[in-house]
Amino acid sequence: MEDGVKKFLYVNRKAPYGTIYALEALEVVLIGAAFDQDVSLAFLDDGVFQLTKGQDTKEIGVKNFSPTFRALGDYEVTKLYVEKESLDERGLTTDDLQEITYEDEDDDWAEKPSIIIVSRSEMADVMAGQDVILSF
Amino acid sequence: MKFGVVVSEGPYTHQASDTAYHFVTAALAAGHEVPRVFFYHDGVNVGTRLSIPPQDERNIQEQWTALAKEHGTDLVICIAAAQRRGLLDKNEAERQGKDADNIAEGFRISGLGQLIEMGIDADRLMTFGD
Repeated sequence: MEDGVKKFLYVNRKAPYGTIYALEALEVVLIGAAFDQDVSLAFLDDGVFQLTKGQDTKEIGVKNFSPTFRALGDYEVTKLYVEKESLDERGLTTDDLQEITYEDEDDDWAEKPSIIIVSRSEMADVMAGQDVILSF
Repeated sequence: MKFGVVVSEGPYTHQASDTAYHFVTAALAAGHEVPRVFFYHDGVNVGTRLSIPPQDERNIQEQWTALAKEHGTDLVICIAAAQRRGLLDKNEAERQGKDADNIAEGFRISGLGQLIEMGIDADRLMTFGD
């Protein structure tokens, strides 16, 4: 921990709809972005469904909040770790996920992908390196 | 050590708020600090003073209220989660034109910033929930 900046990891483990966990997790991320901490998100288990593209919630009468993930770069939330095994177990590939990018101010505002695919053991390393983990 | 505690499941339907209470009680007894407990998701329902459990069962809200009174623990209920679930303090009830409020003594309603602050301030953050 340097200069009072902590590494916050928000762990998303649940499907986007059916329960409110995913939506209320995203609300925490957006509020937390104002606190100038080092923020990362992790998606594992059914949480990987939160990032799938082409979500259409009309028939269940619930707001589709998936476009908000593409705005995270504007909040300087640029590290979205997605667990490969969780994708595999659900028959998903990276092609099923939204394209989420951010503009890197340290690299002439080059547009870079926010989604980082990691293995289950790499995800354990990501978690081990955090100061605060909030699990949803 | 300074602990931050998050309760993210509702009372009686889930063990989380009981386990959090036992954890906080034990931590305080062991000489640790627990300055704040943050209630989120259905955890906000712990803070209604209108719950009436059967007389021979524990009263979860009263346990927390007593703990706050004894140790000065700041019991914070997330406002966004609370409003969705029908928990209002007096000010918010007036502002929203509702005819009642239901926040129990020792609890207060505030924003998610209080959760982030707790994470920054605490040595360890514990989440009790699914």
